[in-house]
Amino acid sequence: MSGQAAEPALQIERLSVSFATPRGEVRALREVSLEIEGGEVFGIAGESGSGKSTLAYAIMRDLAPNARVAGGAIRFAGEDLLGLAPDALRRIRGRRIAMVYQDPKSALNPSMRIGPQIAEVLEIHALASRPGAAARALELLALVNIPDPPAVARAYPHQLSGGMQQRVVIAMALAGDPALLIMDEPTTGLDVTTQARILELVADLRHDIGAAILYISHDLAVIAQVSDRVGILYAGELVESAPAAQLFHRPAHPYTRGLLDALPDIDLARAFRPIRGRLPDLTRRPEGCVFAPRCDFLEDACTRAQPPMATVGESHVARCLRWETAMAAPPMRQERRLGAASGEIAAAVASVRNLTKHYDEPGALTRWLGLARPPVHALDDVTLEVRGGEVLALVGESGCGKTTLGRLVLRLLAPTSGAVTVRRRQSGAEVTSDAEFRRVVRIVFQNPDSSLNPMKRVAAILDRPLAIQGVPRRARRLRVRELLEAVRLDAGYLHRLPRALSGGEKQRVAIARAFATGPELVVLDEPLSALDVSSQASVVDLLTELRSRLDATYVFISHDLSLVRHLADRIGVMYLGRVVELGTVDEVFRPPYHPYTRALLSSIPVPDPSVRAPTVRLEGTVPSARRPPSGCRFHTRCPSKLGRICEEVEPPLQNADGTHWLACHIPLEDLRREPPVRPASEPDA
Amino acid sequence: MTTITRAVRANPPLAIGTLILACVLALTVLAPFLAPYGVAEQSILDRFQRPGVKHLLGTDQYGRDLLTRTLFGGRTALLLGLGAVALGLLLGVPIGLASGYAGGRTDEAVMRVVDAFLSFPALLMALMIVTALGASTAHALLAIGVASAPGIARIVRSQTLAVKHEEFVLAARAQGDSHAYIMFGEILPNLLPPIVIEASIRVGFAILASASLSFLGLGVQPPTADWGLMIREARQHIFLSPWPLLCPGLALALTIVGFNLFGDGVRDRLAGRA
Repeated sequence: MSGQAAEPALQIERLSVSFATPRGEVRALREVSLEIEGGEVFGIAGESGSGKSTLAYAIMRDLAPNARVAGGAIRFAGEDLLGLAPDALRRIRGRRIAMVYQDPKSALNPSMRIGPQIAEVLEIHALASRPGAAARALELLALVNIPDPPAVARAYPHQLSGGMQQRVVIAMALAGDPALLIMDEPTTGLDVTTQARILELVADLRHDIGAAILYISHDLAVIAQVSDRVGILYAGELVESAPAAQLFHRPAHPYTRGLLDALPDIDLARAFRPIRGRLPDLTRRPEGCVFAPRCDFLEDACTRAQPPMATVGESHVARCLRWETAMAAPPMRQERRLGAASGEIAAAVASVRNLTKHYDEPGALTRWLGLARPPVHALDDVTLEVRGGEVLALVGESGCGKTTLGRLVLRLLAPTSGAVTVRRRQSGAEVTSDAEFRRVVRIVFQNPDSSLNPMKRVAAILDRPLAIQGVPRRARRLRVRELLEAVRLDAGYLHRLPRALSGGEKQRVAIARAFATGPELVVLDEPLSALDVSSQASVVDLLTELRSRLDATYVFISHDLSLVRHLADRIGVMYLGRVVELGTVDEVFRPPYHPYTRALLSSIPVPDPSVRAPTVRLEGTVPSARRPPSGCRFHTRCPSKLGRICEEVEPPLQNADGTHWLACHIPLEDLRREPPVRPASEPDA
Repeated sequence: MTTITRAVRANPPLAIGTLILACVLALTVLAPFLAPYGVAEQSILDRFQRPGVKHLLGTDQYGRDLLTRTLFGGRTALLLGLGAVALGLLLGVPIGLASGYAGGRTDEAVMRVVDAFLSFPALLMALMIVTALGASTAHALLAIGVASAPGIARIVRSQTLAVKHEEFVLAARAQGDSHAYIMFGEILPNLLPPIVIEASIRVGFAILASASLSFLGLGVQPPTADWGLMIREARQHIFLSPWPLLCPGLALALTIVGFNLFGDGVRDRLAGRA
């Protein structure tokens, strides 16, 4: 195929797709055009509702039954995919064009071993005989950097970690030696350290297989790290398309600029400001430019007709009338800090002492029968203090125990041993009564879709905590309106059901509920991770305002270190049920690092293609919490393991300096000599 | 007009089921005004009349007007069907909800008892209860209600298990809500769709069960108008005139089909929305 003239592997011309829904016709894609050459990675970035997955499914000819291609063409190696007969399509799909989905767990057959599963793909497409297929499967596993392919080939999907499963899915996609590989959010469900390895793999594959890759993600930083060229989708339109370096350094479309400014940049190099407004209703698209209602550079002409694609530079186009002005405008900078960063050490409002939580403790009967399995060590012997008025962030990958710790602080779980005491900030008195505790300590959950009862209206949701606290009915009605106003929603929202709200609006309601009782300590359990980039910063603003108004203390649980760098005063880094490092933001982001913190920091992609941080690779996977490793829990994956001491002796948290604590056997002097992982750029005031 | 055709095309079972139930409901509620004769009005001279001008659907062995008795029989059927299911819900919903919410050993224990009840055919259980208590309309209602409770409890429990792990339940606990409020105020509203589907299909079944009990002489007693009873009495004279058998039989079938279509339609409607 590569021998032919310079024909693009994939050519999409003015593609429009719409969905028939009871509310009317949703125009999910409108006149999207793009080309991808062989050996090139084209990144598509967009928020939810931008149509990025619709694009992928349109190419795969796998759209939902209520979808209709309203116009345009999709050419694959010169052949029109939209006009292809079903059997011709079958020969191409899965072989010449392959797709990697977001959730590897559902893409793999749980009842089939990995080896036969890959071999099956080869046999279906008659690419190998039966014995040949098994051997080729092993080759493919090796190609995606899976250690010990024969062992993995014998495993069932559930025996592999998420990162490993995704590698297997990629191996299957590569089985037919595809000319086009579509990757739809392939790292979204994975931890950062695992994500870093998958991104490395994508970069390697581009050199090795020469396929064109369409990489779809909501995460601009990931797109910046993998793509040669990038397209930005907004409300079904490709608003800008450019070589990666151009797009990230000199964005032309106001939406692209807005998106980049909305990111919490880990190196504090960019602003962190929301894009105002919300995605337009796709059944009633605005007359002119689709971004006009939210644009900072709006002029009359913008609302009259859809602007044409303007040529900004070589292979750089933007659908904007005012791109020259937008491009020339100085970058927006706006420092956002959730924390007070006062420096003075306030008294503790919550003290966590030797807190341990084991799930699934075997009962007396199973123990007597000898069937007992060891319990899950969700949290082991954690001691820390939350100080009055601060923002303490708890970070770590999935399974590190941060959510368990948050729920223990809230008394939603009973500890296996140890204790949490909460004190009033003013009086210093310990909170003992249950009613007082529920009033003073509150929580905001990660996903407002599930934390708001879908059958209850906003007014009822906000009324309930007040009713529990015994506020009289008339005062409650007033207070509910006040709360709604405080989270900047108008009274029209009172009688809506959660499903009639956008993600950001739902989270505002959840925040209003948490603040209804005037709390002093609020646990924020990943409050931003279910939100789109453009609305994250506005929720942060809201949290900042509420905190200063109430003088509240936050425990901010997050896996996103970029966000934490902007928002926290202090950080506790957790790994497999233990706190391995604790200190102020500056202390944690500068050497000495705990080796795990170092790996974590280096794994974070930044939205700048010219910055490729040297990644510290973490080998293997997080060990089972049922059988945590002896000694230092990180020793099985630590790149700078000393030796037996790490396997046998548990490192205590030792003081590095001032307020900085580390749990590592490596002498502090050695750790101090290491170079910083992130550039030490200072935040502008 | 267009909205009706659209509703029928979008969900035929729901539209047809609703139509049938609306007709049945209207006819039975308005029975005293619609019926041309009194329920118990006998006319020995007019026994076993065929449908005609004087008696639209004919008469039975005592010369009672079949149209009148079929209309009034619908009242008994609906009363028994709806009443029994209401009783079943009253018993089954709290049991299933509490069992699923409590989980663990409590759930295990409750569900084994429920399983034991479920292992009897519901009609057989109703028969046992009526035999023990004596034959009467009230006892039939009680028997069918109690017999339908275990099945309802099972459905409610399984739905509770799915809902109780949602974060809004945790959020309710985090703000100090009582277990009773969480069960009835937070979880129960989310169970209403499956409960409505289950209940509407069970009403059809309960009507059939009550007719069966009456047919066996263990439910509604003469001279009350009841479809099951009418079939029982007509059976002996089937070769003299089929009309006393056909009228209540068709009414019974139509009503049950109506409830089943309605239940299926609601289920499809909710599944489509999810």
